[in-house]
Amino acid sequence: MTAAQIPALQVVVALLAAPVCLILRRPRVAWLIALVATWASLVMALILLFSVLKVGPISYLLGDWEAPWGIEYRIDMVSAFLLVIVTTIGSLVIPYAQASVEAEVPAARVYLFYCMYLLNLAGLLGIVITGDVFNLFVFLEISSLSSYVLISLGKDRRALIAAYRYLVMGTIGATFYVIGVGLTYMMTGSLNMVDLATLMPAVIDTRTIHVALAFLTVGLSLKLALFPLHVWLPNAYTYAPSAVSAFIAATGTKVAVYALLRIVFTVFGEVDVLSFPGVQEVLLTLAAAAMIGASATAIYQENVKRVLAYSSLAQIGYMVVGIGMESATGLAGSIVHLFNHALMKGGLFMVLGCVFLRLGSVEIADMHGLAKRMPLTMAAFVAGGLSLIGVPLSVGFISKWYLVQGALEKGWWAAVAVILASSILAIVYIWRIVEVAYFRPRPEGAPAVSEAPASLLVPTWMMIGACYYFGIDATRTLDVAVGAAETLLGGLR
Amino acid sequence: MTPENAVLLCIVVPFASALLVVVAGALPDLRETMTLISAGILFYLVAGIYPVVAAGGNPTVTPIEMLPGLGVTFTVEPLGMLFAGIASFLWFVTSIYSIGYMRGHHEQNQTRFYAYFAIAIGSAVGVAFSGNLLTLFIFYETLTLSTFPLVAHHGSEEAKRAGRVYLGLLLGTSIAFLLFAIIWTWVIAESLDFVAGGLLAGKIHGPMVGVLLALYAFGIGKAALMPFHRWLPAAMVAPTPVSALLHAVAVVKAGVFAVVKVVVYVFGVDSLAREASAGWLLYVAAFTIVVASVIALRSDNLKQRLAYSTVSQLSYVVIAVAILAPISVIGATLHIAAHAFAKITLFFAAGSILVASHKTLVSELDGIGRRMPWTMGAFFIGALSMVGLPPTAGFVSKWYILQGAFQADQMAAVAVIVLSTLLNAGYFLPIVYAAFFREERRSKPARKRSKTGVNDGAHPPLIEHGEAPPTVVASVVLTAAATVVFFLYPDIALGLARQVAGVSP
Repeated sequence: MTAAQIPALQVVVALLAAPVCLILRRPRVAWLIALVATWASLVMALILLFSVLKVGPISYLLGDWEAPWGIEYRIDMVSAFLLVIVTTIGSLVIPYAQASVEAEVPAARVYLFYCMYLLNLAGLLGIVITGDVFNLFVFLEISSLSSYVLISLGKDRRALIAAYRYLVMGTIGATFYVIGVGLTYMMTGSLNMVDLATLMPAVIDTRTIHVALAFLTVGLSLKLALFPLHVWLPNAYTYAPSAVSAFIAATGTKVAVYALLRIVFTVFGEVDVLSFPGVQEVLLTLAAAAMIGASATAIYQENVKRVLAYSSLAQIGYMVVGIGMESATGLAGSIVHLFNHALMKGGLFMVLGCVFLRLGSVEIADMHGLAKRMPLTMAAFVAGGLSLIGVPLSVGFISKWYLVQGALEKGWWAAVAVILASSILAIVYIWRIVEVAYFRPRPEGAPAVSEAPASLLVPTWMMIGACYYFGIDATRTLDVAVGAAETLLGGLR
Repeated sequence: MTPENAVLLCIVVPFASALLVVVAGALPDLRETMTLISAGILFYLVAGIYPVVAAGGNPTVTPIEMLPGLGVTFTVEPLGMLFAGIASFLWFVTSIYSIGYMRGHHEQNQTRFYAYFAIAIGSAVGVAFSGNLLTLFIFYETLTLSTFPLVAHHGSEEAKRAGRVYLGLLLGTSIAFLLFAIIWTWVIAESLDFVAGGLLAGKIHGPMVGVLLALYAFGIGKAALMPFHRWLPAAMVAPTPVSALLHAVAVVKAGVFAVVKVVVYVFGVDSLAREASAGWLLYVAAFTIVVASVIALRSDNLKQRLAYSTVSQLSYVVIAVAILAPISVIGATLHIAAHAFAKITLFFAAGSILVASHKTLVSELDGIGRRMPWTMGAFFIGALSMVGLPPTAGFVSKWYILQGAFQADQMAAVAVIVLSTLLNAGYFLPIVYAAFFREERRSKPARKRSKTGVNDGAHPPLIEHGEAPPTVVASVVLTAAATVVFFLYPDIALGLARQVAGVSP
């Protein structure tokens, strides 16, 4: 009986654990609750993935209301994979969070961190699991509102402005999305994704649906920070507490990309919106601008978290390029990159949490000679950075391989050039930091720092290690990603 | 032990040895014994595979499937056999040399040095035994990354700058061009295996062949084809054993090895010869040979002169395959081996001079032959081989390259090789002459801070000195002897080279 309820429990466990943290308030207890809830979510996500691999898509009717009227939770290969991504990151960040949050969040608000963290997790899982466009909006708001709180928990007062800015932009994005949903509902009378897919061909030539599509895509592009709707992201990642940066950077934008995939390939799957004149060109141009522009901007940043934030913007460009290709290879590249990038960015932000704990800063200028003091931490940075560059045996290489292959199959030479050029820019912005940490002497009178504690290093290295584990043997992740891509493209046939 | 297991062990041993070196780091004697033993085991293993390959076998093993339908595969074919044999033999010799050099020169961070050195050798063997382009690319990149700490060993501002050039050029070209070319090949052929006669034969035609060849030739930055050669002279800031093994053998040879492999097994010599768009490679190589020789002629720093000589000699291999005649492919293969022995001799000699006398400039070497007869004698043999005169290895390979050029009627190649022979003679033989026949200058000449000799200024040249430490001298003499032996008994290398070219003995 419980096994059949797993789709609901996947969201509910985290959702209910959150208020428990709020009531109990003791940091240690809240941490323990969060730990149990996230690990339980991971186990459930894995169970769901394996059953989807075995028996195909799972449909779960909430409260047993029939599908087009009630809310349906629908788990296919794509959503199952995303559930695993989100819960993996979620359960690796929690053990790390304990020491990191203690250092970066005022003691009185630590319980709030775990409460919001669980709400955010529940929201993200809900977005992924639901098969209902309005329900998706609800979860989008849960995850967004909780992430505004998470970001503003930082001790740095600039975190407040960053969170406020994100709130304004995020609200606009959510509003656009819900307007799009409203217009679609007006034309079709349905909110269920699968149902919408069958109703769409009849109304696709109306202007209302065109406007709805525009609102939906612009709204989601704001949430996933596609250039030029990205301005909220760098500050939000930079000033949030490290554990928050690690979690949000690794999951937030990924889930928004997933929502976009759902809209494009499931809701509008039957009508093939990417073949509309201009759509593909616009997507590719924006993605290319993100890849080159953001990578180039990353080179000039003085704060390492900001370097990584701009690098994230560029990585979003990679994912969008893969979507634009509309081929099994390109889409598989995008989907596997969701996973791969989550691992490396999560790992790298965790490294910076280690640095921040000891140094109290992540400015490049303060990191001179740090490698002598924190060899394991900086080695993790180098390993994660190499993965970001896309060196073979790392996950970054796998994503790049599929995206370049997809572009070549289409004969898009310019896309190949942009993807590779962006990797080369990554060498520059990563190596700048490596050089400072390894080749500069520690300045006279700099505070003595020691290696980060094991409670931070172990989860960090697990994340970085996963970058190489899934880079050396990518067959498992790629099998799922290719299957997911085929599921999505199946909507076109 | 089956040959397949031996192949896997050949990859594992150097990496394991790096680990052992780190563990034994606090005890220098134990650490260096570890290195020597590992090098010995590696050479023994590689030698054990040789009979299988010579008999026409190609032991193949795929330990990991990395992408669906594409694994990390090791296959030993004749060219890789030769490269691995040279790399493992010279690792052993260089380890002996390093012990004398690193201690004699009081280098810092020796444990790190030996560890990354072992990883670099493991990567070179991985390149040699790679069974497909993916495996080649993986080890090509680990070779770049593991040699970076060696190049930037001193940690000075100058070393950092050189390291930046080194990493930027090698990593940049490999990602921008080589990876591009490999994925393109995968899309065209749906395979990345090395196939006798060419994987792409009959699958790609016209101007695209020239473009793909360019992506490969420039993407393999380690082959130092101009204009992507700057990393090689920059890397000369490294300690001499690094320059010697990595920049005369492992790294640069991995580059030209990859070029030969791509031309022979990916494009196919015959099918490339039919494509007019592939003709440009010969001229780029010719240009590199001549220009690098001229730069070498003009540099006073000994290591820099050797570096540019390497750039020029690497393009010998490239021009030899670009001639696209079976005989010249034999020449290319032989030149990989011949140049390795001769160039490592020259680098060893340069390091030996540095340790014994702290001299780095060519103009300081007057009369040094009388103080260091063994070192300079070996240097003479190395120089002869560079010029291509008997009784040295360089003669054998040049003979085949020229024969191929005549056979394919490539008079431009013939002219360039003749011209460069003269230039080689012009920048090597005067050193030997000055060392043995000029009077030693007592007053030291005005020293400029040179680009590559890091130790300038730190140690003023010694007036009174003798030979370098015995292990250093022993290894110089050993490699010089190998250069001569290669001339007298080239059978093993020649047999393998004939197999590569597909010519029956």
